[in-house]
Amino acid sequence: MWIKRPDDIPSSEITDEKLYINRRRFLVAAGVIGATGAGLLGCNSDAEGSNAGTGADLMTAGAGQEPDDKPNTYEQITSYNNFYEFGTDKEDPKGNSAGFHPQPWTVRVEGLCKKPGDYHFDDLVKPHKVVDRTYRLRCVEAWSMVIPWQGIPLAEMIKRFEPQPSAKFVAFTTVMRPNEMPGQRRPVLQWPYVEGLRMDEATNDLTLMATGLYGKPLPNQDGAPIRLIVPWKYGFKGIKSIVKIAFVDKQPETTWNIAAPDEYGFYANVNPEVDHPRWSQATERRIGEFRRRRTLMFNGYADKVASMYSGMDLRRNY
Amino acid sequence: MSVLSRLKPVAFLLCLTPAAVLAWNFWGVTHDRPEALGADPVRAAEIFTGLWTLRFLAMTLAVTPVRELLGIGALARYRRMLGLFTFFYACVHLSMWVGVDWFFDWRAMGGEVVKHKYILIGMTTFVLLLPLALTSTNAAVRRLGGARWARLHRLVYVCAITGTVHYLWAVKKDTLFPLIYLLVFAALLGFRLWEHYVGPIRLRSRGAGRRRPRSRSSALAGAATTDTRPLGDAK
Repeated sequence: MWIKRPDDIPSSEITDEKLYINRRRFLVAAGVIGATGAGLLGCNSDAEGSNAGTGADLMTAGAGQEPDDKPNTYEQITSYNNFYEFGTDKEDPKGNSAGFHPQPWTVRVEGLCKKPGDYHFDDLVKPHKVVDRTYRLRCVEAWSMVIPWQGIPLAEMIKRFEPQPSAKFVAFTTVMRPNEMPGQRRPVLQWPYVEGLRMDEATNDLTLMATGLYGKPLPNQDGAPIRLIVPWKYGFKGIKSIVKIAFVDKQPETTWNIAAPDEYGFYANVNPEVDHPRWSQATERRIGEFRRRRTLMFNGYADKVASMYSGMDLRRNY
Repeated sequence: MSVLSRLKPVAFLLCLTPAAVLAWNFWGVTHDRPEALGADPVRAAEIFTGLWTLRFLAMTLAVTPVRELLGIGALARYRRMLGLFTFFYACVHLSMWVGVDWFFDWRAMGGEVVKHKYILIGMTTFVLLLPLALTSTNAAVRRLGGARWARLHRLVYVCAITGTVHYLWAVKKDTLFPLIYLLVFAALLGFRLWEHYVGPIRLRSRGAGRRRPRSRSSALAGAATTDTRPLGDAK
């Protein structure tokens, strides 16, 4: 499984980019060995046959994925973005986000918790250790990337706010700044963007509040200064430029679900067996590659997250 | 020979420009300019060729209205060429999908056509374009007879609609551009309907005193509208 835990690597809050890239190279090598090992254990490593793997086979995370699961380049990650607040074309966010001011930044924490309030970015981030997490990102449009994020596990952050037992969901809101975000001047989606997670999803080990990538602060087009990363879900769950975190007792509304409920569900777990009306989800194109890859159940993170959905009909709760 | 006729080879080369740009960028992607088509060259190439197909279709359908509104008869010589370039870009678009996007995975593609309505309608559009391209020769016009040829070629209006709906359905949420294309085709189709049911629209008449400047001298005289003439005024 492609995930780097904080204890695998020394802290890299401040890392020289060259050193950083060298370390990545080492990690890539480690990843290759890991994946090859999985291949030796009898998993199908032919990523072309889109339905070659059985469900059980897919449940073993990472199996069947091509071994060269290497991070995309900084250029790719920062020039190909879905961030409709800056425009609907993939190149728009890079082109239209230069005038966005990610600092100073305040996040309002509210709802069913004991420590609500307005937290300045530094107050929010500084008490925590920034960790490195290299995750696959699978867009609902059937393309994917591998991105080396830095950030704070959401579970740790949530602990500080002391949610009450009645808090069943966490709702997030993106900043509303039509003067800096030209996309918000057109009603393409309902603004501001809202997203949500079930409490167990929000406090899962994998869930990250990202503040940087490739050792640099998050670029504006990638959701500066702080965004959500939920690697086993389709990319649109990863709400960007967050200004509000609310603890609530009911399933919150989510932007794409409001826009097209038959296409985008609340859960939006990566699932190669449940097709989107527009795109087959069985395969994906990794940015930088020509041939399609087989999409993995829960984006390859099944061993960490599948138990949260046991007994649920994933066809219905898409 | 009018200036317009002499310029036809130039126009032909101009029509090839988008294809040349795409080929140049594809070469760049695989050689020295990996970012020539952005981060996802396959998607970029599909969108690029799809949009050019629609643009050429719009240009083809614009020939008759422009010719009649401005009274430039020689424009008619361009219609067949533009129509065939529409088909050419449709072929490149489809080849991108078949050969590059899906790498000849026929089973997967079959599933795509059945499951996703935007692909089904796109494929339908291509199938409808086929007979039009195949009957574009003068010999085909003679064989079919002008009236039957004209009836068959009214399929182009269906293609304009299904092609744009293909675009509309492929777009996730921001439907502004598909709707602009739809508007353009609606105007081009509206012009024909207006001429057919109401009467000719002219901005500039050719020759004083002639109320109907449209030439009826072609072999297809008597057909309902000027659109019933074959591409490029078969002679």
